[in-house]
Amino acid sequence: MEYAIVFLPLIGAIFGYLGKSINKFFSEIFTSLLVSISGILSIIVFWNGIRTNNYDNYKIFEWISSGDFVANWSINLDPLSSVMLVVVTFVSALVHIYSIGYMSDDPHKPRFMSYLSLFTFSMLVLVVSDNFLQLFFGWEGVGLCSYLLIGFWYKKETANDAAIKAFIVNRIGDFGLAIGIFLIFFFFGSINFEEVFQSAPEFVKTKLLFFGFQINLITLICFFLFIGAMGKSAQFLLHTWLPDAMEGPTPVSALIHAATMVTAGVFLVVRCSPLFEYSQVALNIVAIVGMVTAIFAASVALVQNDIKKIVAYSTCSQLGYMFFAAGVGAYHVAIFHLFTHAFFKALLFLGSGSVIHAFNNEQDIRNMGGVRKKLPFTYVFMLIGTLALTGFPLLSGFYSKDAIIEFAYLSNSPLGNYTVIVGILTAFLTSIYSWRLFFKTFHGSYNNKSMPIHETHESPLTMLVPLFLLGIGALFAGFLFKETFIGNHSNDFWQTSIFFINEIKHDHIPLWLLLITPILVTIAIPLSFYYYISNTKILEEIKNNTLPLYNFLLNKWYIDELYDSLFIKPTKKIGSFFWKKGDIGTIDRFGPDGISKLIKIISNKAGRIQTGFIYDYAFVMLIGLSILLTYLILT
Amino acid sequence: MNFPILSTLIFLPLISSFFIFLSKDKKNNFSSIYISLFSSIATFLLSLFLWYSLDVNTAEFQFVEEKSWINNFIKFKLGVDGISILFIVLTAFITPICIISCINSVKDRVKEFLIAILVLETFMIGVFCSLDLVIFYLFFEGGLIPMFLIIGVWGGSRRVYSAFKFFLFTLLGSVLMLVAIIVIYWLTGTTDITEIYEIKIPKEHQNLLWLAFLSSFAVKMPMWPVHTWLPDAHVEAPTAGSVILAAILLKMAGYGFLRFSIPMFPYASEFFTPLIFSLSIIAIIYTSLVALMQEDMKKLIAYSSVAHMGYVTLGIFTFTKQGIEGSIYQMISHGLISAALFLCVGVVYDRLHSRLISTYGGLVNYLPKYSLLFLIFALAALGLPGTTGFLGEFLILTATFQKSYLAAILATLGVVLGAAYMLWLTKRVIFGVTQNPKIQTLSDVNKSEIIMLATLAFFVIFFGFYPMPLMETFSVSVNGLIDNYQLALNNR
Repeated sequence: MEYAIVFLPLIGAIFGYLGKSINKFFSEIFTSLLVSISGILSIIVFWNGIRTNNYDNYKIFEWISSGDFVANWSINLDPLSSVMLVVVTFVSALVHIYSIGYMSDDPHKPRFMSYLSLFTFSMLVLVVSDNFLQLFFGWEGVGLCSYLLIGFWYKKETANDAAIKAFIVNRIGDFGLAIGIFLIFFFFGSINFEEVFQSAPEFVKTKLLFFGFQINLITLICFFLFIGAMGKSAQFLLHTWLPDAMEGPTPVSALIHAATMVTAGVFLVVRCSPLFEYSQVALNIVAIVGMVTAIFAASVALVQNDIKKIVAYSTCSQLGYMFFAAGVGAYHVAIFHLFTHAFFKALLFLGSGSVIHAFNNEQDIRNMGGVRKKLPFTYVFMLIGTLALTGFPLLSGFYSKDAIIEFAYLSNSPLGNYTVIVGILTAFLTSIYSWRLFFKTFHGSYNNKSMPIHETHESPLTMLVPLFLLGIGALFAGFLFKETFIGNHSNDFWQTSIFFINEIKHDHIPLWLLLITPILVTIAIPLSFYYYISNTKILEEIKNNTLPLYNFLLNKWYIDELYDSLFIKPTKKIGSFFWKKGDIGTIDRFGPDGISKLIKIISNKAGRIQTGFIYDYAFVMLIGLSILLTYLILT
Repeated sequence: MNFPILSTLIFLPLISSFFIFLSKDKKNNFSSIYISLFSSIATFLLSLFLWYSLDVNTAEFQFVEEKSWINNFIKFKLGVDGISILFIVLTAFITPICIISCINSVKDRVKEFLIAILVLETFMIGVFCSLDLVIFYLFFEGGLIPMFLIIGVWGGSRRVYSAFKFFLFTLLGSVLMLVAIIVIYWLTGTTDITEIYEIKIPKEHQNLLWLAFLSSFAVKMPMWPVHTWLPDAHVEAPTAGSVILAAILLKMAGYGFLRFSIPMFPYASEFFTPLIFSLSIIAIIYTSLVALMQEDMKKLIAYSSVAHMGYVTLGIFTFTKQGIEGSIYQMISHGLISAALFLCVGVVYDRLHSRLISTYGGLVNYLPKYSLLFLIFALAALGLPGTTGFLGEFLILTATFQKSYLAAILATLGVVLGAAYMLWLTKRVIFGVTQNPKIQTLSDVNKSEIIMLATLAFFVIFFGFYPMPLMETFSVSVNGLIDNYQLALNNR
């Protein structure tokens, strides 16, 4: 069964593509079916795990062995990976089904479905790995699929650029991850999770000299691993690829850039909790980066106009939440938020896809509005998604997000207090931009000039059913799994897959803290309705008064421009310089070309001496003779 | 075993080239193509048999053949171990592919071209079999001649310049090696390398001799700064020439380090490690950056080869198991991947006669199969896990990290750059809107092209997931190499 979960998507990817000529509908049905089976099996595994607390490790075959450097292809099940299995396969199955409707007009649909299945396979390989090398395989594998899917519409120049950008920024992250793995192998002599984690306590005090700095070994390892996580999870400074990745088809954004791949970074940090727990410095870095990302992305989301970009920045921001949860040591809460986030963010993306579909590929929310009666189902599902995202009481986001803020408070450190403030503030901002998106899309007046309102249409059933199922998840996932994931007895569930040095505290939390976030997010609803729909003039004025700030946010803090002038242009310049001045101008000029020129010059000179005239030779002989004679006479 | 299997392996191509020379068909060269294909496949099968019957549990040389050639001076001595066998199989595998590629790309003097290729195969297999310095030198340098002709006769417009540049660089390097070989004979009284391993060259002579060998190997590798012949040679060489050059000729230097420099001169090898590290790192970063800016596809791939070979030298001179195994694996992997990439360029060059990136763009719209294969090889070249390109690099970097943090970090940066230039190339050639109207008339890969490329793609992926057949072949031999090296250093 465990093998089936992982390999069914791969079979789907290969044969779904090869069998595209059998029937028009073959690949989409085949891939969706296999991934759905895989999804059902994962739920069974997950459920069995909760009941029996019994997990196994399956070795498939030896991948590589070079001295101590040994890695197997394996399926390692534990509570953490079984949670991830459910998230990945469940969302993936729904996205497959949704794509049947969403991509119905695309001639390359078999290729699309095949990529989706391949992605699912890579992601599953990543989460069930029992060593760092297989993790790295999945890590780059999902990066590849992300590259292929962002660039799926290969005729679009922007899509190609975005795909390359995504891959390369991820590679920078992978660079960090790779260095982390080198460090681990160097000191621990193994890349197997279990062996590394078991010997971690022995290295707590180890320091090493790294470029002249005395650094704690575990801190250094965690730092590099976290760079990998930052790349994959689009954290501040390495986030630039995620908004651009929205060039890909919307189901891709839902699956890869919201629910699964981007959460791999969080997964990595939680998986390595036995290392991170031994380094307060590393945890603080994680928390700070998470905070910065959360608030940065939320601030940018406030002013964006592309419906998908808003949701993308929102994803970025929510990932920030997960990281600072992990940073204050509440790994289980981070995973819980990852779990609930997968449902409501996939729902929001697929809902946005449904809206875009209705508007014939229009993505600018300024060109939407007033269609709630035309798209009743989409409207309801988007409402559920928005409520869940903002953390409205009793929906899934409420349980996980508030838990993050509470645990940050309980951690009782200076940094923890900052995270509480940032958490609450970001929750408020999240509310504002989410409702802005929602109201501008469905309420107000109809603003699209290129198509009349009666041409907008509700999506087909294959798109609505996945929305419905995700909606259920967004409504109840928090409530249902709260006790299992983060309740007082959550340790019984997580067992050893998450490691805590200190017992998690379940102290009493002051009432004001419990109430402040729900109150703020509820206030945000009428507030944003008023500012964005009823009375838009006030905002215009604010915007005009603070134009520099507005532009700063609209241009995403100018980070892309900064990178362009800081890295991309200089790299190209240096490349040209090395080529034209280094290779051609120096090595060749003084090397082979220089030598051959020199030989030519010398031989020309030498050639000129041989004139062929007897009197020349006689003259030279005469001179030689006289010199010789003079020499003899003088001595 | 009494049957001289290695001699057969070496001289089979040479003998069949003689038959091609005798064959007379003026019209379509069918018989020459069939003879060469048949003999090269026979060689390949023989090499597989050799691999199969080789005992991988010992580091000893096997199938040793020894004949006196010049009295008391040079012996014709051959033998293989776990390291060299894979290079022999690689050579024998790539040659038939080159011959198939000729069918499409070489239009005139096919017969002579095939003869050149087969003679070259003899030399290349000879290099990997010889256990005598003089024999090695003869094969090593002899390979220059057919390659020089392949570039100079069947090459592009600047073929004469490139051929001479290639010849000058490699010959200058190898003259010093010849001097070194003579000196070794004076010092030890033999040129048999198994004996030299035992005798051990005095420490004070090692540095100069090592440098002399380096001058030859560095050019062939090629290492920075003597790499500039490679892009020119590749650009002008016909497809089959590029394939052999990248897949096999570049591996002879790496093999030379393993077989000669390290075991014969352990002190010098250790002494010069910082030099090799620096040159390798420069090669990786510098040529990756240069590759990024190339406008010619073949030049880009050629520069990327220099970068990939930088990893190989880096790995070899870590003297660790992961490093050396990674390097051997990387060489095999690069043999497959670069061969495939040059074949890919050859496919479109045969159709449009342009190597410029700007000529292409949007190929995927009209050549979907070709595009898929190209993408696979591009991804393999940038070291995607699951292809052979990944494991070699990763092992090498793991090993390098144990020697020098700085070197490893810089080399790992090269991986990022590698992704940049390969993906950018792919984007500009494969994806996008088709600009050039001529592309619309192109046909997708034909049968012979798909056989070549799909076979390579299969092995690139297969050994990416399951490299153990390769790793097990050379594991014990590498252990032996490292043990002897450590032993020599500890005895000082």
